[in-house]
Amino acid sequence: MGEVLRSKTAELFNEPGCAKNQAKSEKERKKGCSKPLVPGAAAGGCAFDGAKIALEPIVDVVHLTHGPSACEGNSWDNRHAATSGPSTYRLGLTTDLSELDIVMGNGEKRLYRAIKDAIARYDPPAVFVYQTCVPAMIGDDIEAVCRHAAEKTGTPCIPVLSAGFSGKKNFGNKLAGEALFKHVIGTIEPEYTTPTDVNILGEYNIVGEIWQIKPLLEKLGIRLLANITGDARYRDLAGAHRARVNMMMCSAALINLARQMEERWGIPYFEGSFYGIADTSAALRTLARMLIERGAPEDLLERTEALIAAEEARAWARIEPYREILKGKRVILYTGGVKSWSIVSALQEIGMKIVATSVRKSTEGDKERIKEIMDDPHMVGSVPAREMYAKLANDEADILLSGGKTQYVGLKARRPWLDINQERNYAYAGYDGTVALVAELAKSLSNPVWEEIRRPAPWEISADIVPLDCGPQSRSGVGEA
Amino acid sequence: MAMLLQPKKNGSINPLKSSAPLGAALAYLGVDGAVPLFHGAQGCTSFALTLAVRHFREDMPMQTTAIAEVETILGGADNLEEALVNLQSRMNPKFIGIASTALIETRGEDITGDLLSIMQRRHELARTAIVYASTPDYVGALEDGWAKAVTAIIDGLVVPGERRQKSLRQINILPGVHQTAADIDQVRDMAEAFGLNAVVLPDLSGSLDGHVNAEFTPITSGGTKLEEIADMGEGLATIAIGQHMTPAAEALEGLTGVPSTVLSNLTGLAASDELVALLSRISGVAVPESLKRRRSQLVDAMLDCHFYLGGKRIAIAADPDLVYQLSVFFKSLGAEIVTAVTTTNHSPLLEKVPAKEVVVGDLMDFEERAAAAQADLLVTHSHGRQAAERLGLPHLRVGFPIFDRLGVQHRSMIGYAGSRDFLYEVGNIFLSLIKEKTPEDFASAEVPPFKVQEKRDVGQTLAIG
Repeated sequence: MGEVLRSKTAELFNEPGCAKNQAKSEKERKKGCSKPLVPGAAAGGCAFDGAKIALEPIVDVVHLTHGPSACEGNSWDNRHAATSGPSTYRLGLTTDLSELDIVMGNGEKRLYRAIKDAIARYDPPAVFVYQTCVPAMIGDDIEAVCRHAAEKTGTPCIPVLSAGFSGKKNFGNKLAGEALFKHVIGTIEPEYTTPTDVNILGEYNIVGEIWQIKPLLEKLGIRLLANITGDARYRDLAGAHRARVNMMMCSAALINLARQMEERWGIPYFEGSFYGIADTSAALRTLARMLIERGAPEDLLERTEALIAAEEARAWARIEPYREILKGKRVILYTGGVKSWSIVSALQEIGMKIVATSVRKSTEGDKERIKEIMDDPHMVGSVPAREMYAKLANDEADILLSGGKTQYVGLKARRPWLDINQERNYAYAGYDGTVALVAELAKSLSNPVWEEIRRPAPWEISADIVPLDCGPQSRSGVGEA
Repeated sequence: MAMLLQPKKNGSINPLKSSAPLGAALAYLGVDGAVPLFHGAQGCTSFALTLAVRHFREDMPMQTTAIAEVETILGGADNLEEALVNLQSRMNPKFIGIASTALIETRGEDITGDLLSIMQRRHELARTAIVYASTPDYVGALEDGWAKAVTAIIDGLVVPGERRQKSLRQINILPGVHQTAADIDQVRDMAEAFGLNAVVLPDLSGSLDGHVNAEFTPITSGGTKLEEIADMGEGLATIAIGQHMTPAAEALEGLTGVPSTVLSNLTGLAASDELVALLSRISGVAVPESLKRRRSQLVDAMLDCHFYLGGKRIAIAADPDLVYQLSVFFKSLGAEIVTAVTTTNHSPLLEKVPAKEVVVGDLMDFEERAAAAQADLLVTHSHGRQAAERLGLPHLRVGFPIFDRLGVQHRSMIGYAGSRDFLYEVGNIFLSLIKEKTPEDFASAEVPPFKVQEKRDVGQTLAIG
C-alpha cells in the first residue's frame, strides 16, 4: 500500500498537462507540487476531502468510507450537489472502525462485509471505497478487498487511495481522477454515440448548476455524454471514453484525467468556464469549434453564434435594472481557481470595481487571464483573516465574495458577504446564473440592514442621555436579571 | 427499565455520532482566549471546523499539527512542537487545548511525554496554558471528548487544595456538551436569583453566543477566564449538568474538596425543581418569587400542551444524556418513546431511559425502527432530515449538529423558562399537523355490520364478525 501510494504520488506530481509543472527544472519537479504544511498555521481539507468532493456527486452509487467515525461522521451530507434522480449518494456509509478493529486488524474483513451489505441493501451499479489515514497506516489493502468483492458480487468496487495524510484537498481531486481513469472510464460502451458527444470534467452540479448549462448544449444539439461528476450516473461515466471533446472546468482539478483520456482515447480537451457571460460564450464557441474539427456538422458554429447573440442580449437586458445599484461598488473576491477570473469580467462589465482577487488556488493560466482582463490587477495570495477584516472594516471594500469559511470575517466587519463556493444556495452558472449572481449582489448591497447595524448605539454618540434616577442606588444601564 | 441493544454490524449507515476530538474542541472553545489544536492530519481539523461553523454560524479558531505522510511514519512530536510555537507567535492565545485523533493514537505516540519535553525545551510556551486530552476518534463520541477535555482543563489549571470561601458566594457549573448558550444563561440567571455567582466551565455562552466584536480576534473572545478556572476551589459547591460530566465533577472535587452534585436532567418540571431546591440549599436563600412565577408558567404550558403530546409516539436519536433528558420529559407529558437510538454505550443513564430498548447505532437504525414503530415525530440532529423526508414525518432538531435552523444557540430547553418554550415548540409541531376531518378519515374505523351467524342456535352467544 505504502509503495503503491508513493509511486502514485510521484506520478501525479509529474503532470505533463500542467504548465506550471513543465516550467520547473527536473530537480524541482522531483520534489512534487505539495508545499509542506506549516503545523499550527494550516487550513483546508485533506486528500480524502478532495477525493470525496470530486466523486460524491455520482448519484447512483454507494460511497463507502473505510476508517474511524470522524472521516465520514463529521463530513457526510454537507454539500449541495444536486440530483435529478437517485439519491443513494447522499447516504453516509462508513466502516466506523473501533479500537478493537484496529488492534486486531479486522479492518479488511469488516470492509469486505460492509461492501457486501451495501450491495445487498441498495443494489448500486458500483461501490466507491475511500481509504483514510488509519487503515492506510495499519496496512489495509483496499485494492485487494475491492477486487475480491467485485469478483464475488459482480458489482464493480472502485478503490480510491485517499489517505488524508497523503496530501491536500487539491491532491485528493487528482486521486479521484486517477480512480476514475483506472477503474471506471472505458469499462462500458455507451448505447450509441453521436458526433457531438462531449464530457465536462470538474463540474459537480452544486445547487443544480449543470441544469443552467445543459439546456444551452441541448439547444445546439450537443450531447453531454458524461458530466464528471455532477448528477452523474455510473454507466455514463463508464462510457465517457467515447466523447469527441472534453471540457475541463474548475481549473486543473482533474487535469490528470483530461490528459490521460487524450493519451488513451485521443479526446482533445480545453479549459473553460461557465461563470460569467463572456466566458460562457467563449466556452460554447470553443466546444463548437473543437467538435467541428472532430467531425460535427459545419453549421454548428453558426448556430452557436446565433444562440450566443440571443442569450447575451437577453442576459444583459435582465442585468440592466441592477446596474444603478452596483455601479462603482468595490468587491473583494476571495475564492480560487477559475472563479478568480471568470467572475471578474462579469462584475467589471456592469461597473463594479475589483479591489482584490485571490489567486491562492489558481494556476499560472488563471493569473494570465486576470492580467488580461483587469486594468490594475490586484492579485493577492492567502490573506490572513485579520487583514481581510481590516480592509472591510476600514471601508476599503463594499462586499466580500468568498466561501463559507471566510463568511464571518466579512459579516463581523458588518459588511455584505456573498457565498460563491460549494455551500451556496444559489446556482450561478451560464447566462441565467450570471443574472442570478448580479441579482443576489444587488439584493445584498441594497439591503437596509447594513446601515442599521453600522449605526452606533444612541449612547455612543450623545452625552445627553442621562439615567432618569441619578442617585447612588441607580441601576441604569443594567438589564433586569 | 430499558434494554441496551448493540446490533452487530459491519459499519454505519448515516452516522449519528460526531467524533470525540470534535467534542473536545468545542469544550476548549468555551475558554477565553483559546485555540483548540487537533494532533492529526489537516482533514481532521477541517471537517470538524466546517461542521462547527455550520452549527454555530460563527467564525472560530481550530488548528492542526498537520501530520503528513512523513510524520505518519517517523512520528508527530516535532509537528506538535512547531504547532505550539507557531500558534503562540501568530495568535498569542491565553490557552491551547490539544485533542489527539485516531491517526496519531494509532501510531501509539506518547503525547504526554512529548508535551513534557517540549515544555522543558521551549520556555516561552510557559506564557500559555496548555492542556491535553486523549480523544481518539475510534473511542466514544461527542460527549466523551467534551468530558475528557473539561477534565483535562480541571486537572491542568485548577489550583488544588481546600480554598472554599463562603463570602464569595461562588458556585461552579460544569455544563455538558448538550447545553446551548441560552441554557447556560438560564442556569446562571437562576443561580444569581439566589445571590450566587456562577463560574461556568466551559462557557460557550460567552464565546459562541453569536456576538459582534468591535475588533477582529483570531482566538475566542468570552468564555471562562483562566483566573476563574484556577480559583474554582473557592466555590461553595459544584453542579455538573449531564451524566457524562461525572468524571469532571469528581476531578474537581478530588482536587479541591468542593462538594459536587451531578444533575442528569434539567428539562421539565421535576428536573427544574431539583435544581432550584439544590440552589436554595447551597445558598441558604428561600426560592424567590420570580422563579415561582416561572414555575407556574411551566405548569400552565404543560396543561396547555398535554392534549397534543398525550399518546404521541416519539422516536429519539441523540447522545446518551440528551436521549435520557428528552425521553423523560416527553414521557412526563403522556407521550411514548417508541424508538431510542444513541451513540455510545458508555453511559449508565441509558438503562433508565423510559423506553423498551435503547439501541447503540446510526441514523439508519433510527429510520428503520421509527418506521416500524409508526412514530409520529422524529427527534434528532439535522442529519435526520433525510429520514424525515423519506418517512414523511415532522423532525424536531436537537443536539449537534443543527445546520439547517437559525438561532440554535439562543434556544433553551432547560429550567422552567427553557422547558416552557421547548414544550410550546413541540406542541406547535403537533398542533400544526391537525387537519380538518373528512369522511375518508373514518373509512378504516367503519363499524362492521352486526350479523347473527346462522349455523348457531339462537339463544347462544351472538358472535360479531
